[in-house]
Amino acid sequence: MTTSTVTAAAPAPTPGKSAPDPARARLRRRVARWGFVAPAVVFMLLFFGYPLVRNVLMSFQHYTPKTFFTGEAPFNGTDNWSSVFQDVLFGKALWHTLVFTAGSLLGQFCIGLALAVFFTRRFPLNGVLRSLILLPWLVPMVVSGIVWRRILDQDTGVLNTFLGTLGLDGDTPWLTSPDMALLSVILVNIWIGIPFNMVILYGGLQEIPKELYEAAALDGAPAWRTFRSITLPLLKPVITVVLVLGFMSTVKILDLILALTDGGPADATQTLGTLTYQNSFVELDFGAGAVVGNVLILVSAVFAVFYLRANRTEGK
Amino acid sequence: MAAHAPTASRRRWGSTVAGVLVLGVMLFPLYWMLNTALQPESGLLQVDPVPAGLDLSGFSKALDDQGGHLLTSLLVSFGAVAICLAISAPAAYGLARFGLRGSRTIVFGTLITQMVPGIVIANALYNSYVDLGLVNSYFGLMLADASLGIPFSIVLMRSFMVSIPGEVIEAAEIDGAGPVRTFLRVVLPMSRNSLITSGLFAFLFSWSDFMFALTLNTTDDVKPVTLGIYQYIGAHVGDWGAVMAASVLSAVPAAILLVLAQKYIAAGITGGSVK
Repeated sequence: MTTSTVTAAAPAPTPGKSAPDPARARLRRRVARWGFVAPAVVFMLLFFGYPLVRNVLMSFQHYTPKTFFTGEAPFNGTDNWSSVFQDVLFGKALWHTLVFTAGSLLGQFCIGLALAVFFTRRFPLNGVLRSLILLPWLVPMVVSGIVWRRILDQDTGVLNTFLGTLGLDGDTPWLTSPDMALLSVILVNIWIGIPFNMVILYGGLQEIPKELYEAAALDGAPAWRTFRSITLPLLKPVITVVLVLGFMSTVKILDLILALTDGGPADATQTLGTLTYQNSFVELDFGAGAVVGNVLILVSAVFAVFYLRANRTEGK
Repeated sequence: MAAHAPTASRRRWGSTVAGVLVLGVMLFPLYWMLNTALQPESGLLQVDPVPAGLDLSGFSKALDDQGGHLLTSLLVSFGAVAICLAISAPAAYGLARFGLRGSRTIVFGTLITQMVPGIVIANALYNSYVDLGLVNSYFGLMLADASLGIPFSIVLMRSFMVSIPGEVIEAAEIDGAGPVRTFLRVVLPMSRNSLITSGLFAFLFSWSDFMFALTLNTTDDVKPVTLGIYQYIGAHVGDWGAVMAASVLSAVPAAILLVLAQKYIAAGITGGSVK
Protein backbone atom coordinates (compact mmCIF):
# COMPACT_ATOMS: atom_id res chain seq x y z
CA MET A 1 0.00 0.00 0.00
CA THR A 2 2.69 2.45 1.02
CA THR A 3 4.65 1.79 -2.14
CA SER A 4 1.75 2.76 -4.37
CA THR A 5 1.29 6.11 -2.66
CA VAL A 6 4.98 6.77 -3.08
CA THR A 7 4.72 5.89 -6.77
CA ALA A 8 1.92 8.37 -7.24
CA ALA A 9 3.77 11.15 -5.47
CA ALA A 10 7.22 10.59 -6.93
CA PRO A 11 6.90 11.87 -10.53
CA ALA A 12 5.35 15.20 -9.49
CA PRO A 13 8.39 16.99 -8.01
CA THR A 14 10.76 15.73 -10.69
CA PRO A 15 11.77 18.86 -12.59
CA GLY A 16 12.32 18.38 -16.31
CA LYS A 17 15.82 19.43 -17.32
CA SER A 18 14.74 21.46 -20.32
CA ALA A 19 10.98 21.25 -19.67
CA PRO A 20 9.90 18.95 -22.54
CA ASP A 21 6.34 18.91 -23.74
CA PRO A 22 4.56 16.96 -20.96
CA ALA A 23 2.05 15.32 -23.31
CA ARG A 24 4.80 14.01 -25.53
CA ALA A 25 6.81 12.83 -22.56
CA ARG A 26 3.82 10.92 -21.25
CA LEU A 27 3.25 9.31 -24.62
CA ARG A 28 6.88 8.33 -24.84
CA ARG A 29 6.73 6.76 -21.42
CA ARG A 30 3.62 4.80 -22.34
CA VAL A 31 5.23 3.49 -25.51
CA ALA A 32 8.36 2.54 -23.57
CA ARG A 33 6.29 0.69 -20.99
CA TRP A 34 4.36 -1.24 -23.61
CA GLY A 35 7.67 -2.05 -25.26
CA PHE A 36 8.39 -4.38 -22.34
CA VAL A 37 5.21 -6.37 -22.73
CA ALA A 38 4.56 -6.23 -26.45
CA PRO A 39 7.04 -8.91 -27.62
CA ALA A 40 5.51 -11.46 -25.25
CA VAL A 41 1.99 -10.57 -26.38
CA VAL A 42 2.96 -10.89 -30.03
CA PHE A 43 4.72 -14.19 -29.39
CA MET A 44 1.76 -15.66 -27.54
CA LEU A 45 -0.68 -14.49 -30.19
CA LEU A 46 1.45 -16.17 -32.86
CA PHE A 47 2.14 -19.41 -30.99
CA PHE A 48 -1.11 -19.90 -29.10
CA GLY A 49 -3.81 -17.59 -30.45
CA TYR A 50 -3.17 -18.12 -34.12
CA PRO A 51 -3.02 -21.96 -33.92
CA LEU A 52 -6.36 -22.01 -32.11
CA VAL A 53 -8.06 -19.99 -34.83
CA ARG A 54 -6.26 -21.73 -37.66
CA ASN A 55 -7.21 -25.13 -36.26
CA VAL A 56 -10.89 -24.24 -36.40
CA LEU A 57 -10.53 -23.08 -40.00
CA MET A 58 -8.53 -26.17 -40.95
CA SER A 59 -11.25 -28.45 -39.66
CA PHE A 60 -13.45 -27.16 -42.49
CA GLN A 61 -10.79 -27.54 -45.17
CA HIS A 62 -9.87 -30.48 -47.36
CA TYR A 63 -6.21 -31.39 -47.06
CA THR A 64 -4.46 -34.06 -49.08
CA PRO A 65 -0.80 -34.88 -49.49
CA LYS A 66 -1.05 -32.89 -52.73
CA THR A 67 -1.91 -29.74 -50.79
CA PHE A 68 1.72 -29.29 -49.87
CA PHE A 69 2.70 -28.91 -53.49
CA THR A 70 -0.29 -26.99 -54.77
CA GLY A 71 -1.05 -25.06 -51.59
CA GLU A 72 -4.73 -25.61 -52.22
CA ALA A 73 -6.99 -26.69 -49.40
CA PRO A 74 -10.57 -25.97 -50.48
CA PHE A 75 -13.27 -25.51 -47.87
CA ASN A 76 -15.54 -28.52 -47.69
CA GLY A 77 -18.16 -27.64 -45.10
CA THR A 78 -18.61 -30.20 -42.36
CA ASP A 79 -17.25 -33.15 -44.34
CA ASN A 80 -14.27 -33.62 -42.01
CA TRP A 81 -16.43 -33.46 -38.93
CA SER A 82 -18.96 -36.00 -40.13
CA SER A 83 -16.35 -38.44 -41.39
CA VAL A 84 -14.37 -38.24 -38.13
CA PHE A 85 -17.47 -38.68 -35.99
CA GLN A 86 -18.61 -41.66 -38.06
CA ASP A 87 -15.27 -43.36 -37.64
CA VAL A 88 -15.37 -46.02 -34.89
CA LEU A 89 -11.80 -45.11 -33.99
CA PHE A 90 -12.82 -41.63 -32.85
CA GLY A 91 -15.22 -42.99 -30.22
CA LYS A 92 -12.56 -45.42 -29.06
CA ALA A 93 -9.94 -42.69 -28.82
CA LEU A 94 -12.29 -40.46 -26.82
CA TRP A 95 -13.03 -43.28 -24.41
CA HIS A 96 -9.34 -44.21 -24.06
CA THR A 97 -8.50 -40.57 -23.37
CA LEU A 98 -11.02 -40.42 -20.54
CA VAL A 99 -9.94 -43.74 -19.02
CA PHE A 100 -6.25 -42.88 -19.38
CA THR A 101 -6.70 -39.46 -17.81
CA ALA A 102 -8.94 -40.55 -14.94
CA GLY A 103 -6.85 -43.63 -14.13
CA SER A 104 -3.57 -41.73 -14.26
CA LEU A 105 -4.85 -38.89 -12.08
CA LEU A 106 -6.32 -41.22 -9.47
CA GLY A 107 -3.13 -43.26 -9.18
CA GLN A 108 -0.71 -40.32 -9.25
CA PHE A 109 -2.68 -38.34 -6.75
CA CYS A 110 -3.28 -41.10 -4.18
CA ILE A 111 0.32 -42.32 -4.21
CA GLY A 112 1.67 -38.76 -4.38
CA LEU A 113 -0.42 -37.71 -1.38
CA ALA A 114 0.58 -40.80 0.62
CA LEU A 115 4.25 -40.06 -0.04
CA ALA A 116 3.82 -36.36 0.75
CA VAL A 117 2.26 -37.23 4.12
CA PHE A 118 5.00 -39.79 4.73
CA PHE A 119 7.72 -37.21 4.14
CA THR A 120 6.23 -34.76 6.64
CA ARG A 121 7.63 -37.09 9.32
CA ARG A 122 11.02 -36.15 10.62
CA PHE A 123 13.62 -38.79 10.00
CA PRO A 124 17.26 -38.98 8.93
CA LEU A 125 17.96 -38.49 5.20
CA ASN A 126 14.42 -37.17 4.63
CA GLY A 127 15.61 -34.29 2.42
CA VAL A 128 17.96 -36.40 0.32
CA LEU A 129 15.37 -39.09 -0.35
CA ARG A 130 12.75 -36.47 -1.15
CA SER A 131 14.85 -34.80 -3.81
CA LEU A 132 16.08 -38.07 -5.34
CA ILE A 133 12.48 -39.10 -5.89
CA LEU A 134 12.25 -36.20 -8.37
CA LEU A 135 14.67 -37.92 -10.76
CA PRO A 136 12.12 -39.81 -12.89
CA TRP A 137 10.29 -36.55 -13.48
CA LEU A 138 13.38 -34.99 -15.05
CA VAL A 139 13.95 -37.70 -17.66
CA PRO A 140 12.37 -36.85 -21.04
CA MET A 141 9.00 -38.56 -21.20
CA VAL A 142 9.72 -40.29 -24.48
CA VAL A 143 12.87 -41.77 -22.91
CA SER A 144 10.94 -43.01 -19.88
CA GLY A 145 8.53 -44.64 -22.28
CA ILE A 146 11.34 -46.45 -24.05
CA VAL A 147 12.89 -47.68 -20.80
CA TRP A 148 9.54 -49.03 -19.67
CA ARG A 149 8.98 -50.65 -23.04
CA ARG A 150 12.12 -52.69 -22.34
CA ILE A 151 11.02 -53.54 -18.78
CA LEU A 152 7.53 -54.60 -19.86
CA ASP A 153 8.66 -56.77 -22.79
CA GLN A 154 6.68 -59.98 -22.67
CA ASP A 155 9.50 -62.48 -23.25
CA THR A 156 12.66 -60.76 -22.08
CA GLY A 157 11.44 -57.92 -19.85
CA VAL A 158 12.59 -57.86 -16.25
CA LEU A 159 9.07 -57.49 -14.85
CA ASN A 160 7.90 -60.83 -16.20
CA THR A 161 11.19 -62.46 -15.20
CA PHE A 162 10.69 -61.15 -11.68
CA LEU A 163 7.05 -62.28 -11.50
CA GLY A 164 8.15 -65.68 -12.84
CA THR A 165 10.72 -66.21 -10.09
CA LEU A 166 8.01 -65.37 -7.55
CA GLY A 167 5.95 -68.18 -9.03
CA LEU A 168 3.40 -65.79 -10.51
CA ASP A 169 2.33 -65.46 -14.13
CA GLY A 170 5.57 -64.52 -15.82
CA ASP A 171 4.10 -64.38 -19.30
CA THR A 172 1.88 -61.31 -19.19
CA PRO A 173 1.67 -59.51 -22.55
CA TRP A 174 1.84 -56.05 -20.96
CA LEU A 175 2.07 -54.04 -24.13
CA THR A 176 1.19 -56.51 -26.84
CA SER A 177 -2.32 -57.52 -25.83
CA PRO A 178 -5.18 -55.13 -26.61
CA ASP A 179 -6.72 -55.96 -23.21
CA MET A 180 -3.62 -55.07 -21.22
CA ALA A 181 -1.96 -52.25 -23.14
CA LEU A 182 -4.08 -49.34 -21.91
CA LEU A 183 -3.69 -50.43 -18.30
CA SER A 184 0.08 -50.73 -18.74
CA VAL A 185 0.30 -47.27 -20.27
CA ILE A 186 -1.70 -45.87 -17.34
CA LEU A 187 0.59 -47.57 -14.81
CA VAL A 188 3.68 -46.09 -16.44
CA ASN A 189 2.09 -42.65 -16.49
CA ILE A 190 1.24 -42.97 -12.81
CA TRP A 191 4.93 -43.63 -12.18
CA ILE A 192 5.81 -40.50 -14.15
CA GLY A 193 3.32 -38.29 -12.30
CA ILE A 194 4.06 -39.30 -8.72
CA PRO A 195 7.00 -36.91 -8.13
CA PHE A 196 5.07 -33.87 -9.37
CA ASN A 197 2.07 -34.66 -7.18
CA MET A 198 4.27 -35.40 -4.21
CA VAL A 199 6.27 -32.16 -4.41
CA ILE A 200 3.28 -29.85 -4.68
CA LEU A 201 1.23 -31.66 -2.04
CA TYR A 202 4.24 -31.72 0.27
CA GLY A 203 4.54 -27.95 -0.18
CA GLY A 204 0.86 -27.59 0.70
CA LEU A 205 1.22 -29.74 3.81
CA GLN A 206 4.08 -27.54 5.04
CA GLU A 207 1.74 -24.54 5.00
CA ILE A 208 -0.71 -26.07 7.47
CA PRO A 209 -0.05 -24.58 10.94
CA LYS A 210 1.54 -27.09 13.33
CA GLU A 211 -0.62 -25.84 16.23
CA LEU A 212 -3.69 -27.42 14.68
CA TYR A 213 -2.08 -30.84 14.87
CA GLU A 214 -0.91 -30.24 18.42
CA ALA A 215 -4.43 -29.29 19.43
CA ALA A 216 -5.81 -32.42 17.76
CA ALA A 217 -3.21 -34.54 19.54
CA LEU A 218 -4.19 -33.00 22.89
CA ASP A 219 -7.80 -33.87 22.20
CA GLY A 220 -6.68 -37.42 21.56
CA ALA A 221 -7.96 -37.49 17.97
CA PRO A 222 -6.87 -40.61 16.06
CA ALA A 223 -4.57 -40.15 13.07
CA TRP A 224 -7.23 -40.89 10.46
CA ARG A 225 -9.63 -38.42 12.04
CA THR A 226 -6.95 -35.72 12.12
CA PHE A 227 -6.21 -36.37 8.44
CA ARG A 228 -9.87 -36.12 7.49
CA SER A 229 -10.85 -33.08 9.49
CA ILE A 230 -7.64 -31.02 9.42
CA THR A 231 -5.32 -32.09 6.62
CA LEU A 232 -7.80 -32.63 3.78
CA PRO A 233 -9.91 -29.47 4.24
CA LEU A 234 -6.87 -27.20 4.60
CA LEU A 235 -5.13 -28.85 1.67
CA LYS A 236 -8.14 -28.44 -0.60
CA PRO A 237 -6.93 -25.45 -2.66
CA VAL A 238 -3.63 -27.20 -3.37
CA ILE A 239 -5.43 -30.44 -4.20
CA THR A 240 -7.58 -28.62 -6.75
CA VAL A 241 -4.55 -27.07 -8.41
CA VAL A 242 -2.68 -30.40 -8.52
CA LEU A 243 -5.62 -32.23 -10.05
CA VAL A 244 -6.36 -29.58 -12.65
CA LEU A 245 -2.71 -29.20 -13.67
CA GLY A 246 -2.44 -32.99 -13.74
CA PHE A 247 -5.51 -33.18 -15.92
CA MET A 248 -4.20 -30.67 -18.39
CA SER A 249 -0.85 -32.35 -18.79
CA THR A 250 -2.34 -35.87 -18.96
CA VAL A 251 -5.19 -35.34 -21.38
CA LYS A 252 -2.82 -34.27 -24.16
CA ILE A 253 -0.01 -36.79 -23.65
CA LEU A 254 1.48 -37.98 -26.89
CA ASP A 255 5.15 -38.88 -26.45
CA LEU A 256 4.68 -41.50 -23.74
CA ILE A 257 2.09 -43.42 -25.72
CA LEU A 258 4.04 -43.24 -28.97
CA ALA A 259 7.15 -44.54 -27.20
CA LEU A 260 5.35 -47.39 -25.42
CA THR A 261 2.87 -48.69 -27.97
CA ASP A 262 2.61 -46.31 -30.95
CA GLY A 263 -1.12 -46.29 -30.24
CA GLY A 264 -1.42 -50.04 -30.75
CA PRO A 265 -1.95 -52.93 -30.49
CA ALA A 266 -5.10 -52.77 -32.62
CA ASP A 267 -5.58 -49.09 -31.62
CA ALA A 268 -6.01 -50.13 -27.98
CA THR A 269 -4.02 -47.12 -26.74
CA GLN A 270 -5.12 -44.59 -29.33
CA THR A 271 -6.16 -41.32 -27.66
CA LEU A 272 -7.36 -37.95 -28.98
CA GLY A 273 -3.74 -36.75 -28.92
CA THR A 274 -2.28 -39.68 -30.85
CA LEU A 275 -5.23 -39.66 -33.25
CA THR A 276 -4.64 -35.99 -34.06
CA TYR A 277 -1.01 -36.80 -34.75
CA GLN A 278 -1.87 -39.80 -36.87
CA ASN A 279 -4.51 -38.03 -38.94
CA SER A 280 -2.33 -35.00 -39.62
CA PHE A 281 1.24 -36.17 -39.75
CA VAL A 282 0.96 -39.82 -40.79
CA GLU A 283 -2.01 -39.72 -43.14
CA LEU A 284 -1.46 -36.02 -43.99
CA ASP A 285 -5.17 -35.28 -43.60
CA PHE A 286 -4.77 -32.08 -41.60
CA GLY A 287 -8.50 -31.38 -41.81
CA ALA A 288 -9.36 -34.56 -39.94
CA GLY A 289 -6.49 -33.93 -37.50
CA ALA A 290 -7.87 -30.48 -36.82
CA VAL A 291 -11.32 -31.91 -36.02
CA VAL A 292 -9.90 -34.28 -33.40
CA GLY A 293 -7.67 -31.49 -32.10
CA ASN A 294 -10.68 -29.23 -31.65
CA VAL A 295 -12.48 -31.91 -29.65
CA LEU A 296 -9.37 -32.22 -27.49
CA ILE A 297 -9.45 -28.46 -26.90
CA LEU A 298 -13.12 -28.63 -25.94
CA VAL A 299 -12.40 -31.37 -23.41
CA SER A 300 -9.55 -29.26 -21.97
CA ALA A 301 -11.69 -26.12 -21.94
CA VAL A 302 -14.18 -27.70 -19.59
CA PHE A 303 -11.39 -28.19 -17.11
CA ALA A 304 -9.91 -24.79 -17.82
CA VAL A 305 -12.97 -23.38 -16.12
CA PHE A 306 -12.15 -25.38 -12.99
CA TYR A 307 -8.57 -24.18 -13.15
CA LEU A 308 -9.52 -20.53 -13.36
CA ARG A 309 -11.98 -20.89 -10.51
CA ALA A 310 -9.29 -22.61 -8.44
CA ASN A 311 -6.88 -19.80 -9.26
CA ARG A 312 -9.40 -17.18 -8.25
CA THR A 313 -10.01 -18.68 -4.82
CA GLU A 314 -6.25 -19.02 -4.49
CA GLY A 315 -5.78 -15.30 -5.14
CA LYS A 316 -8.19 -14.21 -2.42
CA MET B 1 12.98 -39.35 29.18
CA ALA B 2 16.06 -41.52 28.89
CA ALA B 3 13.85 -44.51 28.21
CA HIS B 4 12.02 -42.71 25.40
CA ALA B 5 14.97 -41.52 23.38
CA PRO B 6 16.16 -44.86 21.92
CA THR B 7 12.66 -45.94 20.79
CA ALA B 8 12.06 -42.58 19.16
CA SER B 9 15.31 -42.71 17.27
CA ARG B 10 14.68 -46.31 16.25
CA ARG B 11 11.31 -45.26 14.92
CA ARG B 12 12.93 -42.45 12.97
CA TRP B 13 15.41 -44.80 11.37
CA GLY B 14 12.49 -47.12 10.62
CA SER B 15 10.99 -44.34 8.51
CA THR B 16 14.32 -43.91 6.75
CA VAL B 17 14.31 -47.61 5.83
CA ALA B 18 10.76 -47.30 4.51
CA GLY B 19 11.78 -44.21 2.55
CA VAL B 20 14.74 -46.01 1.00
CA LEU B 21 12.45 -48.88 -0.05
CA VAL B 22 10.00 -46.48 -1.70
CA LEU B 23 12.86 -44.72 -3.45
CA GLY B 24 14.20 -48.09 -4.61
CA VAL B 25 10.91 -48.95 -6.28
CA MET B 26 10.55 -45.48 -7.81
CA LEU B 27 14.08 -45.39 -9.19
CA PHE B 28 14.22 -49.00 -10.33
CA PRO B 29 13.47 -48.18 -13.99
CA LEU B 30 16.36 -45.71 -14.03
CA TYR B 31 18.65 -48.31 -12.46
CA TRP B 32 17.53 -50.80 -15.08
CA MET B 33 18.28 -48.32 -17.84
CA LEU B 34 21.84 -47.92 -16.54
CA ASN B 35 22.23 -51.64 -15.93
CA THR B 36 21.13 -52.59 -19.43
CA ALA B 37 23.38 -49.93 -20.89
CA LEU B 38 26.42 -51.41 -19.15
CA GLN B 39 25.95 -54.99 -20.31
CA PRO B 40 27.54 -56.43 -23.41
CA GLU B 41 25.24 -56.55 -26.38
CA SER B 42 22.75 -59.23 -25.46
CA GLY B 43 20.42 -59.06 -28.40
CA LEU B 44 16.98 -59.95 -27.17
CA LEU B 45 18.28 -62.13 -24.37
CA GLN B 46 17.50 -61.44 -20.77
CA VAL B 47 19.63 -59.03 -18.82
CA ASP B 48 21.52 -59.87 -15.63
CA PRO B 49 20.34 -58.04 -12.51
CA VAL B 50 23.80 -56.54 -11.99
CA PRO B 51 26.32 -55.73 -14.71
CA ALA B 52 29.12 -58.31 -14.42
CA GLY B 53 31.81 -56.05 -15.82
CA LEU B 54 31.58 -52.52 -17.06
CA ASP B 55 31.02 -52.96 -20.74
CA LEU B 56 31.14 -49.53 -22.34
CA SER B 57 30.58 -50.64 -25.92
CA GLY B 58 26.92 -49.62 -25.65
CA PHE B 59 28.00 -46.12 -24.70
CA SER B 60 30.55 -45.79 -27.44
CA LYS B 61 28.01 -46.98 -29.99
CA ALA B 62 25.39 -44.62 -28.59
CA LEU B 63 27.84 -41.72 -28.75
CA ASP B 64 28.68 -42.54 -32.34
CA ASP B 65 25.03 -42.75 -33.35
CA GLN B 66 23.46 -40.15 -31.07
CA GLY B 67 26.30 -37.77 -30.19
CA GLY B 68 25.30 -35.36 -32.94
CA HIS B 69 21.70 -35.40 -31.79
CA LEU B 70 22.80 -34.66 -28.24
CA LEU B 71 24.61 -31.59 -29.54
CA THR B 72 21.52 -30.59 -31.50
CA SER B 73 19.47 -30.89 -28.32
CA LEU B 74 21.95 -28.71 -26.42
CA LEU B 75 22.03 -26.07 -29.12
CA VAL B 76 18.25 -25.96 -29.56
CA SER B 77 17.65 -25.91 -25.79
CA PHE B 78 20.09 -23.07 -25.13
CA GLY B 79 18.56 -21.14 -28.00
CA ALA B 80 15.07 -21.73 -26.63
CA VAL B 81 16.17 -20.60 -23.15
CA ALA B 82 17.66 -17.40 -24.59
CA ILE B 83 14.50 -16.59 -26.56
CA CYS B 84 12.31 -17.48 -23.61
CA LEU B 85 14.16 -15.24 -21.13
CA ALA B 86 14.56 -12.36 -23.59
CA ILE B 87 10.80 -12.29 -24.14
CA SER B 88 9.44 -13.21 -20.73
CA ALA B 89 11.68 -11.25 -18.35
CA PRO B 90 10.74 -7.78 -19.69
CA ALA B 91 7.11 -8.86 -19.94
CA ALA B 92 7.09 -10.10 -16.35
CA TYR B 93 8.56 -6.77 -15.22
CA GLY B 94 6.08 -4.75 -17.26
CA LEU B 95 3.15 -6.73 -15.94
CA ALA B 96 4.39 -6.59 -12.36
CA ARG B 97 5.23 -2.88 -12.29
CA PHE B 98 3.62 -0.59 -14.82
CA GLY B 99 -0.06 -1.10 -14.09
CA LEU B 100 -0.79 -1.05 -17.82
CA ARG B 101 -4.38 -1.18 -18.89
CA GLY B 102 -4.95 -4.76 -20.02
CA SER B 103 -2.36 -6.31 -17.70
CA ARG B 104 -4.97 -8.51 -16.12
CA THR B 105 -6.15 -9.77 -19.48
CA ILE B 106 -2.59 -10.61 -20.48
CA VAL B 107 -1.89 -12.53 -17.27
CA PHE B 108 -5.20 -14.32 -17.75
CA GLY B 109 -4.22 -15.15 -21.33
CA THR B 110 -0.90 -16.51 -20.10
CA LEU B 111 -2.74 -18.94 -17.84
CA ILE B 112 -5.02 -19.97 -20.69
CA THR B 113 -2.13 -20.77 -23.02
CA GLN B 114 -0.98 -23.49 -20.65
CA MET B 115 -4.11 -25.40 -21.55
CA VAL B 116 -3.66 -25.50 -25.30
CA PRO B 117 -2.59 -29.03 -26.28
CA GLY B 118 0.79 -29.05 -28.00
CA ILE B 119 -0.37 -31.25 -30.85
CA VAL B 120 -3.01 -28.67 -31.75
CA ILE B 121 -0.31 -26.00 -31.93
CA ALA B 122 1.89 -28.26 -34.03
CA ASN B 123 -1.02 -28.99 -36.36
CA ALA B 124 -1.48 -25.35 -37.29
CA LEU B 125 2.17 -24.37 -36.92
CA TYR B 126 3.39 -26.99 -39.36
CA ASN B 127 1.46 -25.44 -42.23
CA SER B 128 2.74 -21.95 -41.45
CA TYR B 129 6.25 -23.27 -40.98
CA VAL B 130 6.10 -24.79 -44.46
CA ASP B 131 5.07 -21.41 -45.90
CA LEU B 132 7.72 -19.52 -43.93
CA GLY B 133 10.52 -21.98 -44.66
CA LEU B 134 10.98 -22.73 -40.95
CA VAL B 135 10.52 -26.51 -41.24
CA ASN B 136 13.81 -28.36 -40.61
CA SER B 137 15.51 -25.28 -39.20
CA TYR B 138 17.21 -24.79 -35.85
CA PHE B 139 15.60 -21.41 -35.39
CA GLY B 140 12.11 -22.76 -36.08
CA LEU B 141 12.49 -25.48 -33.47
CA MET B 142 14.00 -23.04 -30.95
CA LEU B 143 11.01 -20.74 -31.35
CA ALA B 144 8.53 -23.58 -30.93
CA ASP B 145 10.40 -24.93 -27.90
CA ALA B 146 10.56 -21.44 -26.37
CA SER B 147 6.76 -21.44 -26.40
CA LEU B 148 6.87 -24.27 -23.85
CA GLY B 149 8.65 -22.09 -21.30
CA ILE B 150 7.36 -18.57 -21.94
CA PRO B 151 3.98 -18.64 -20.15
CA PHE B 152 5.50 -20.48 -17.20
CA SER B 153 8.41 -18.02 -16.97
CA ILE B 154 6.18 -14.95 -17.18
CA VAL B 155 3.98 -16.19 -14.33
CA LEU B 156 6.97 -17.22 -12.20
CA MET B 157 9.03 -14.05 -12.67
CA ARG B 158 6.08 -11.73 -12.38
CA SER B 159 5.14 -13.14 -9.00
CA PHE B 160 8.74 -12.53 -7.94
CA MET B 161 9.08 -9.02 -9.37
CA VAL B 162 5.88 -7.85 -7.71
CA SER B 163 7.70 -8.23 -4.41
CA ILE B 164 10.67 -5.98 -5.32
CA PRO B 165 10.27 -2.87 -3.13
CA GLY B 166 9.06 0.12 -5.14
CA GLU B 167 11.54 2.43 -3.38
CA VAL B 168 14.48 0.66 -4.99
CA ILE B 169 13.11 1.24 -8.47
CA GLU B 170 12.14 4.83 -7.76
CA ALA B 171 15.60 5.54 -6.39
CA ALA B 172 17.07 4.41 -9.70
CA GLU B 173 14.60 6.57 -11.63
CA ILE B 174 15.39 9.65 -9.51
CA ASP B 175 19.06 9.07 -10.35
CA GLY B 176 18.03 9.60 -13.93
CA ALA B 177 17.88 6.00 -15.19
CA GLY B 178 15.29 5.33 -17.87
CA PRO B 179 13.01 2.27 -17.68
CA VAL B 180 15.38 0.12 -19.74
CA ARG B 181 18.43 0.99 -17.61
CA THR B 182 16.46 0.46 -14.43
CA PHE B 183 15.33 -2.92 -15.69
CA LEU B 184 18.82 -4.04 -16.75
CA ARG B 185 20.82 -2.60 -13.83
CA VAL B 186 18.43 -2.94 -10.91
CA VAL B 187 15.56 -5.32 -11.58
CA LEU B 188 17.38 -8.12 -13.38
CA PRO B 189 20.20 -8.49 -10.83
CA MET B 190 17.66 -8.52 -8.01
CA SER B 191 15.59 -11.18 -9.78
CA ARG B 192 18.53 -13.50 -10.31
CA ASN B 193 16.95 -16.47 -8.55
CA SER B 194 13.73 -16.34 -10.48
CA LEU B 195 15.67 -15.91 -13.73
CA ILE B 196 17.71 -19.01 -12.96
CA THR B 197 14.60 -21.00 -12.07
CA SER B 198 12.81 -19.93 -15.24
CA GLY B 199 15.85 -20.66 -17.36
CA LEU B 200 16.23 -24.11 -15.83
CA PHE B 201 12.65 -25.00 -16.52
CA ALA B 202 12.75 -23.60 -20.04
CA PHE B 203 15.81 -25.78 -20.60
CA LEU B 204 14.12 -28.90 -19.21
CA PHE B 205 10.95 -28.32 -21.26
CA SER B 206 12.94 -27.86 -24.41
CA TRP B 207 15.35 -30.71 -23.70
CA SER B 208 12.53 -33.18 -23.21
CA ASP B 209 10.45 -31.90 -26.11
CA PHE B 210 9.57 -34.67 -28.49
CA MET B 211 6.43 -33.46 -30.15
CA PHE B 212 7.72 -30.37 -31.93
CA ALA B 213 10.86 -32.28 -32.92
CA LEU B 214 8.67 -35.01 -34.39
CA THR B 215 6.21 -32.79 -36.24
CA LEU B 216 8.24 -29.76 -37.37
CA ASN B 217 11.02 -31.78 -39.01
CA THR B 218 10.69 -33.82 -42.14
CA THR B 219 14.37 -34.53 -42.76
CA ASP B 220 17.27 -35.55 -40.53
CA ASP B 221 18.86 -32.09 -40.53
CA VAL B 222 17.62 -30.99 -37.13
CA LYS B 223 17.13 -34.01 -34.91
CA PRO B 224 17.25 -33.67 -31.11
CA VAL B 225 18.12 -36.72 -29.05
CA THR B 226 14.51 -37.45 -28.01
CA LEU B 227 13.59 -37.98 -31.64
CA GLY B 228 16.90 -39.77 -32.25
CA ILE B 229 16.22 -42.36 -29.55
CA TYR B 230 12.63 -42.84 -30.68
CA GLN B 231 13.76 -43.69 -34.18
CA TYR B 232 16.64 -45.74 -32.77
CA ILE B 233 14.31 -48.36 -31.29
CA GLY B 234 12.57 -48.66 -34.60
CA ALA B 235 15.81 -49.54 -36.35
CA HIS B 236 17.78 -51.26 -33.57
CA VAL B 237 15.24 -53.23 -31.61
CA GLY B 238 17.82 -55.94 -30.99
CA ASP B 239 20.47 -53.65 -29.58
CA TRP B 240 19.00 -52.52 -26.30
CA GLY B 241 22.42 -51.86 -24.81
CA ALA B 242 23.01 -48.97 -27.18
CA VAL B 243 19.43 -47.70 -26.90
CA MET B 244 19.67 -47.66 -23.10
CA ALA B 245 23.10 -46.02 -23.19
CA ALA B 246 21.64 -43.28 -25.36
CA SER B 247 18.78 -42.96 -22.87
CA VAL B 248 21.25 -42.58 -20.00
CA LEU B 249 23.11 -39.89 -21.92
CA SER B 250 19.86 -38.05 -22.59
CA ALA B 251 19.14 -37.97 -18.86
CA VAL B 252 22.57 -36.62 -17.89
CA PRO B 253 21.86 -32.90 -18.35
CA ALA B 254 18.72 -33.17 -16.23
CA ALA B 255 20.63 -35.03 -13.54
CA ILE B 256 23.40 -32.43 -13.52
CA LEU B 257 20.82 -29.67 -13.24
CA LEU B 258 19.15 -31.45 -10.35
CA VAL B 259 22.39 -31.64 -8.43
CA LEU B 260 23.46 -28.06 -9.18
CA ALA B 261 20.14 -26.37 -8.69
CA GLN B 262 18.06 -28.53 -6.39
CA LYS B 263 16.54 -25.67 -4.43
CA TYR B 264 15.63 -23.69 -7.53
CA ILE B 265 13.84 -26.65 -9.03
CA ALA B 266 11.76 -27.36 -5.94
CA ALA B 267 10.93 -23.66 -5.67
CA GLY B 268 10.00 -23.54 -9.34
CA ILE B 269 7.64 -26.49 -9.23
CA THR B 270 5.70 -25.11 -6.30
CA GLY B 271 5.98 -21.43 -7.24
CA GLY B 272 5.13 -21.71 -10.90
CA SER B 273 2.07 -23.81 -10.44
CA VAL B 274 0.42 -22.63 -7.28
CA LYS B 275 0.98 -18.89 -7.45
